[in-house]
Amino acid sequence: MIDVFVGIDLGSTTTKAIVLDGDGQVIGRGITNSRSNYDVAALIVREEALVRTRFTLVERSIGADAFVVAALERNLKLEQHLELLARLREAMSMIAAGPKHRAHASDLRERLDEIDAGMEPLAREHFAPGATRRSDFFRDLAAADYMHLAEKLADPKGIAFDVLCGVFDAAILAVENLPIERAFERHIGAALETTLSEHLSCDAAQLRRAVEDARNEDLVERATVGTGYGRARLPFPKEQIRSEILCHGLGAHAMFPATRTVLDIGGQDTKAIQVDANGIVTSFQMNDRCAAGCGRYLGYIADEMNLALHELGPLAQESRTRVKINSTCTVFAGAELRERLSLGQKREDILAGLHRAIILRAMSLLARSGGITDQLTFTGGVAKNPAAVAALRDLIQENYGVRTLNTSPDSIYTGSLGAALFAQRAAERKAAA
Amino acid sequence: MSAIRKEDSMLLQKQMISDHYDRLASAHDEGQKVVYTFVPGNLNELVRSFGLLPVLPEINALQSGLRKKSGEYIAEAEKHGHSEDVCTYVKCDIGMLKKGNIGPTGRQLPKPDLLLLSYTGCFTFLKWFELLREEYGDVPVAMLHVPYQANGRIEPHQRDYVVQQMRTEIIPKLEQVSGRKFDEDRLRDMLRLSAAAEDDLVWTLESAKKTPSPIDAYFGGVHYIGPIFSAFRGMQSAVDYYTALRAEVQERLDNGQGPVTPEGPMGKEKYRLVVEGPPNWTSFREFWKMFYDEGAVFVSSTYTKVGGLYDRGFRHDPDHPLETLADYCLGCYTNLGLPTRVDLLEQYIADYNADGFLVNSVKSCNSFSVGQLMMLRQLETRTGVPGLFIENDLVDPRYFSAANIKNRIESYLQMLDQKRGVAA
Amino acid sequence: MQRAQNLSEDIDFAAVTEWKARGVGRKAIGHMPTYVPRELIHAAGMLAVGITGGGDKLEIIRGDAYFQSYICRIPRSTIELALSHRLDMLDGMLFPSICDVIRNLSGMWSMIFPDRYVHYVDVPQNFDTEVGGRFWRRELETLRHDFAQLSGVAIDDEALRASIAVYNENRHVIRDLYRARSERPWIFPMSEVYYLLRAGNVLPPEEHTSLLREYLALAPLETSRRDQDRSRVVLAGMFCEQPPHGLVMTLERAGCYVVNDDFLLGLRWLQDDVATTGDPLDALVDAYLNHSAMSASRYAPDGDRGRWLIDSVERNRAEGVIFAAASFCDPALLDQPMLVAALDRSGIPHTEFKFAEDTGQFAVIREQAGTFSDSIRLWSEA
Repeated sequence: MIDVFVGIDLGSTTTKAIVLDGDGQVIGRGITNSRSNYDVAALIVREEALVRTRFTLVERSIGADAFVVAALERNLKLEQHLELLARLREAMSMIAAGPKHRAHASDLRERLDEIDAGMEPLAREHFAPGATRRSDFFRDLAAADYMHLAEKLADPKGIAFDVLCGVFDAAILAVENLPIERAFERHIGAALETTLSEHLSCDAAQLRRAVEDARNEDLVERATVGTGYGRARLPFPKEQIRSEILCHGLGAHAMFPATRTVLDIGGQDTKAIQVDANGIVTSFQMNDRCAAGCGRYLGYIADEMNLALHELGPLAQESRTRVKINSTCTVFAGAELRERLSLGQKREDILAGLHRAIILRAMSLLARSGGITDQLTFTGGVAKNPAAVAALRDLIQENYGVRTLNTSPDSIYTGSLGAALFAQRAAERKAAA
Repeated sequence: MSAIRKEDSMLLQKQMISDHYDRLASAHDEGQKVVYTFVPGNLNELVRSFGLLPVLPEINALQSGLRKKSGEYIAEAEKHGHSEDVCTYVKCDIGMLKKGNIGPTGRQLPKPDLLLLSYTGCFTFLKWFELLREEYGDVPVAMLHVPYQANGRIEPHQRDYVVQQMRTEIIPKLEQVSGRKFDEDRLRDMLRLSAAAEDDLVWTLESAKKTPSPIDAYFGGVHYIGPIFSAFRGMQSAVDYYTALRAEVQERLDNGQGPVTPEGPMGKEKYRLVVEGPPNWTSFREFWKMFYDEGAVFVSSTYTKVGGLYDRGFRHDPDHPLETLADYCLGCYTNLGLPTRVDLLEQYIADYNADGFLVNSVKSCNSFSVGQLMMLRQLETRTGVPGLFIENDLVDPRYFSAANIKNRIESYLQMLDQKRGVAA
Repeated sequence: MQRAQNLSEDIDFAAVTEWKARGVGRKAIGHMPTYVPRELIHAAGMLAVGITGGGDKLEIIRGDAYFQSYICRIPRSTIELALSHRLDMLDGMLFPSICDVIRNLSGMWSMIFPDRYVHYVDVPQNFDTEVGGRFWRRELETLRHDFAQLSGVAIDDEALRASIAVYNENRHVIRDLYRARSERPWIFPMSEVYYLLRAGNVLPPEEHTSLLREYLALAPLETSRRDQDRSRVVLAGMFCEQPPHGLVMTLERAGCYVVNDDFLLGLRWLQDDVATTGDPLDALVDAYLNHSAMSASRYAPDGDRGRWLIDSVERNRAEGVIFAAASFCDPALLDQPMLVAALDRSGIPHTEFKFAEDTGQFAVIREQAGTFSDSIRLWSEA
């Protein structure tokens, strides 16, 4: 039996969960897209974090053979993916049988079957050893595969591409809103066999034993705390809900104990938070009504430039002469961009200007919250963007002098980590009382 | 018994307002003239001394906000070419006018016989009445320019300037519109009544120094200032209202009770806050609830000083009628320089033993809002008390983002908790 | 011309620093747009420096921390200039009563710079000599006293009358320039005139006057300048926050001759000569009360809000009006519906857009101004 403490952060774009053990060590985490349904997102992400927790248990018992566990995890994901594909198939055939498609039902059914037959091999390719996936979310992978196949199989005279898309769009909603329960327990057996068939050098008997133990372990969820944009939607009692400001402060403190200022740039909002030596928030500022300069803005720009979000930063870093951008207004972003491109300005130079403009907005929030006195920890989706980090580094240097700037590949979990720490404290306080 | 008594002042005020609007509705039929004017630095006693009835477009606008009509009115004004960037009080008023000028009691408001443009603490007032002058055609305008207290004190020549304008511009026009001669004795009598009511108002506002505070000095406070900031200062009805209010608050004090909210008596007082800036009217109750649900009570506010800083000692003085009116105009909160405003808030935080302060920054009102971010930092630095900054509007429902505002309030109060937890 | 451009685009105000370095103990007083009595500054031997924000060249790093998103640009960039030490050469700062933003900025200034001279210039909105005039005279006396203290130079009547004469001359030549431009706008393109006016922000009035004289003499010698048969428009709404130069160029390229405008209105606020005899303060008071330019921030006692604009259209034989107000500019945007109504009553075509001092994109404006220009030409031909 293991006591665990769970923190869930419901962001506007992604929902994250962290599982801590009794020593405050992170033993599991999960992330999913928030959809329009926070309850479901919370269920799914919690399940994912608990699955990951059991993998941690496997790791702990077989030692630090991360390669084997990674393979195991990948194969479990494949099993989950296949289960969701089966659900998708079922949902689509129900839609195809509906009144809307009566006129071409059998043709449609045929096309869907052909697509479906192609989906599983593609899925296995995604999860083959050494393969890279462009997303970890079922929705993204399945959609890409489906569109790829549908494009090939669609026939303007028969079943058109947009009809096929319509069926998928309707079906995926139902599928992704049903969590997979007890995934580890149900699927780890198959995943283990696939892993062993990949001929990794490992002790099969030891691995089987470790997996079996992990499967049977009783994880006792002692306390859960929810936070984030959608926290009010969580079916939790009030005392289990904490402001994301407080959670971000505590989470950043846990990751980098010398943090005194936290900057979080998420999809919808930007936060500047000051914390004391214990991670207690002493002051904070959020962006005003206008969401200019948040992550969502970069999303618009990426769409406008026909680039993936993660490609923006590296492209911006190729710039030699930065363009001065004055407005980070999401409403005008598209028009301004087109005008600049039509004037012959280079994409990378415009992007470099855009990144600086976004960070300038953040700088004014930082100033409003009390400035930067010591280590600054930069979190949120935009913290993964190297051009944004570089612009922040420059501007801090220019305005505050030399300061340590912390970033972490795990920074997206900062809020959920803080929430889990609050859960742990609440449980301790309860136990003490 | 006491539950009924608590409603007394509320009912009394409601009756005063509805009587006033009724009188306005039939004013022209009864040969009664009306004067439109603004709340800050209004010359109610002077207007009333000529037997004229005041109409306050700001009050109409906020009433439209409370009645959820403002969104429609603002849209109407924007349709007529008014920019989305500018003050929504103005647009709400103009939209209401375009839609028939129906007042809060459902009856049409009379056209103005005089626009008394008391330009006090707000530049937009000037444009507002210029716009109304266009809308109403041939209405005379009396302009009273009240200079700004940039240095936190009234200079003698500023007072002279205001008094001179009353003598040469305001009084002659009031005489002309009313057909009556200026009666200084009558004005003195009214100023005497003003001062009596002002004493009780100050007593009420300062009752919040007690713990727990028997009043909410913001959400309740805006009701308490109603009669004295608007059409009733200088009238016996206002004196009666404040006598009743004082008795009610005294009773709550005696019983150790907190404020009364729309949902009944407030729970335990957990946080004492000071507030800078006007409230939001379109979601007034929802906004209040975000605080009282958490046990947060406002113990002092600057908004309740836009019609005079009575708590700093000012009283209307019947012995110097025009000079006292001039000082009154000059002394309104929004007519004070920013350093004076910061000093005042700093004192409130100390005097009222506040745990925190809120800056409710409204888009519509540059007079309040410009510089508030700096005020926030100054106050945090000087007092060590953390502030909360919320963006809002007066009557534009598009600017009240409930989820966002609630998020900030919750985060802020949890932060205060956490700080206290460490201190304890 | 190049000099004027450099002067008007220099966000480091090198000209002011240089002017101060040319004499021992020289002082400079900054002021925000619209009217301040620069004659008093001049008479104390100091330089009046017009501060009209940071334009589109300045990057706002600190300024945004002080203002909510719904406030116009000029206070942000002005704070930015100050906090980046670009205004350190100013020994004082004046804030005329143009609106609540600039008014409150004066208080912010005195909190940021508690050791520097800051004054809110509360111009009267009552135009009666005995009332508003008396008040304004007292305000001027305060300034005269303050400037004398700052500069260490007592301002006697003789000196003040001399300064009035200097500024009369400056206003004269500005009026000549506007008249010349209105007559032959192709000789004196807006894009040049705008730079020349802006140079007046930082130059001593005598130098500015000669610069303008030189330009008036030289521009007609440019033989390549020919009438392009563009439509004649009056531009309104830019009396405080100033447009980027690119915007002005865009209007010309879109086919408009701007034959009158309200840029840098403070430089030509007083529309007639100020008396150089008698009591000079009384002369300044009289000029303010009776010969001021009309602007949105000034009360119009007679109620004819759009009269000055229609006069300007008629006097300059303009075919239409372009309203370009700064975003979130309360005076201009609240004034606009009244001006629009007045133009409609007189059958004068108009179009409206908003700008910001750092607007970087002009495609929409070019399109709109071009369409407007074409349409009024069709309209006037019909």
